[in-house]
Amino acid sequence: MNQYPIMKIKNLSVEYAKGKPAVKNINAEIMNHTVTAIIGPSGCGKSTLLRAMNRIHELYDNINVTGEILLDEENIFRKSPIIVRRKIGMVFQRPNPFPNMSIYENVLSGYTLNGIKLKKSTKNEIVQTNLESVGLWDEVKESLQKKGTFLSGGQQQRLCIARALALRPQVLLMDEPTSALDPIATKKIEELILQLKNRVTIVVVTHNMQQATRLADSSMFMYLGELIEYLPTYELFNNPKNKKTQDYISGNFS
Amino acid sequence: MNDKIYKYCLITAVGLILPVGVGIFLTLLWDAMPAFEKFGVIEFITSCDGNSVAEGEKYGALPYIVGTLATSFLALIISVPFSLAAALFSGEYYRGKRFAGIIDSAVAMLAGIPSIIYGLWGFAVLNPILVSMKLSETGYGILSASLLLAIMIIPYSASLTKEFIMMVPSELKEGAYSLGATRSDVIAKIVLPKCMPGIISTFILALGRALGETMAVTMVIGNTNFLPKSITDTGNTMASIIANRFGEADGLQMASLIAIALLLFVITFIVNLTGKFIVKKLKA
Ligand SMILES: Nc1ncnc2c1ncn2[C@@H]1O[C@H](COP(=O)(O)OP(=O)(O)OP(=O)(O)O)[C@@H](O)[C@H]1O
Ligand SMILES: [Mg+2]
Repeated sequence: MNQYPIMKIKNLSVEYAKGKPAVKNINAEIMNHTVTAIIGPSGCGKSTLLRAMNRIHELYDNINVTGEILLDEENIFRKSPIIVRRKIGMVFQRPNPFPNMSIYENVLSGYTLNGIKLKKSTKNEIVQTNLESVGLWDEVKESLQKKGTFLSGGQQQRLCIARALALRPQVLLMDEPTSALDPIATKKIEELILQLKNRVTIVVVTHNMQQATRLADSSMFMYLGELIEYLPTYELFNNPKNKKTQDYISGNFS
Repeated sequence: MNDKIYKYCLITAVGLILPVGVGIFLTLLWDAMPAFEKFGVIEFITSCDGNSVAEGEKYGALPYIVGTLATSFLALIISVPFSLAAALFSGEYYRGKRFAGIIDSAVAMLAGIPSIIYGLWGFAVLNPILVSMKLSETGYGILSASLLLAIMIIPYSASLTKEFIMMVPSELKEGAYSLGATRSDVIAKIVLPKCMPGIISTFILALGRALGETMAVTMVIGNTNFLPKSITDTGNTMASIIANRFGEADGLQMASLIAIALLLFVITFIVNLTGKFIVKKLKA
């Protein structure tokens, strides 16, 4: 698979309050079909950066985003946020299946929310393939009409991934997708992330450095809103250039 | 405070509520018995007051039951879009902004107006408006009462509905937005379904208020005792006929008024139970 930068972040800054950027002037390129981890201490701006990538900040007033993010060379801030968010899906820290929808409806929710009508057979196919993709099909195929909220936390998170995948996004953003899950569920999600890499480019925020080394091709280390170092994961953890990165990965602060 | 004393105080307080409720019901029933015995329960509910000397002293609750149900349900229907709009504006669209504050103050102001002032306003302003719009000959009637009731219950349903709308976790909304949903999709397909049980219970509460509202209704409904045929007709509600007549009533007429009171009590109870039932169904 030939690799090229699918996403280019240019001079990106995000301010929650005037003059106090939570993310400062980030420049980075994300290669397609890779997993990129964003690590760094709590409050360093990982989520803020990630949420800029599908324009979630726009839902709130007073958040000021400047700079550019190019997806396939097109500035996402110049396109409709609806289209951008369908191409750049998101999985959240706490699983958030829609409580008023069944498992079946949750997988299709990207379509129903957008008012897209599908044939019954297409729907069935989308539901089955995407639940299979996340390894949930065998577990839930008998109970598709049950509410998604009846599932275990790990199953709910996989349902949320299936829901995002159903729209065939190019990029999948994940904000600490396993931090609310037990070790077994975490392991399943991690395996899933590695499989999905063949179909979608993944950017994952994690607090867990082992997880970053297990999953990510490249890793970004952020500190106080700045991107300190962005290297192939192995390099970042074994040959960090910056003193801050060294301190962080050797556990001198968190 | 000593745990035991605390517990006994609670038990005494709770122990008083139940007997008072049951006591009110039983005494009403006792005092209404003469009317039920004379006319029969079904006949009383399904007939009108007697108009001719030949009929003698005859009372029936039908026009008032119809008046109460018609004004209350009409008020509910009229109030729903306005309450929802106000709640969505201040709880979702303009949440935390100045405009939301303005809506909230307007709603709070409506909630603070005493019933008698609504009635007076209905008499002095609303009725003439209805007349000039050719919706009614005198202004008095079911329509006027319903509009007034709608305005009176909007603050309750709007502010409660807003609370439910604001309780929808932002994770859910963000989840929907991140699938490309527009704001109206998120509201219609995520936010409202999520708070539907709450909204329904809110509207049922509002209906309960409308059923029992007396003063304002009495002042604009026209106070006639025949069965209203259309919403522009005048009429009376169960509460307004009681307010009209209790002063000079005695004997069988008083028993009939108390019988109407008892029926209102039962209707309100049934409405509340139905509300609870619906909410339970929706939550499951
Ligand atoms: N909605 C908000 N309003 C104001 N400030 C915010 C908001 N969200 C985050 N911040 C601030 O922006 C900075 C970056 O926050 P962010 O959530 O991006 O950090 P993070 O790296 O994801 O942290 P964590 O690892 O704890 O999730 C923090 O100082 C935080 O307090
Ligand atoms: Mg975070």
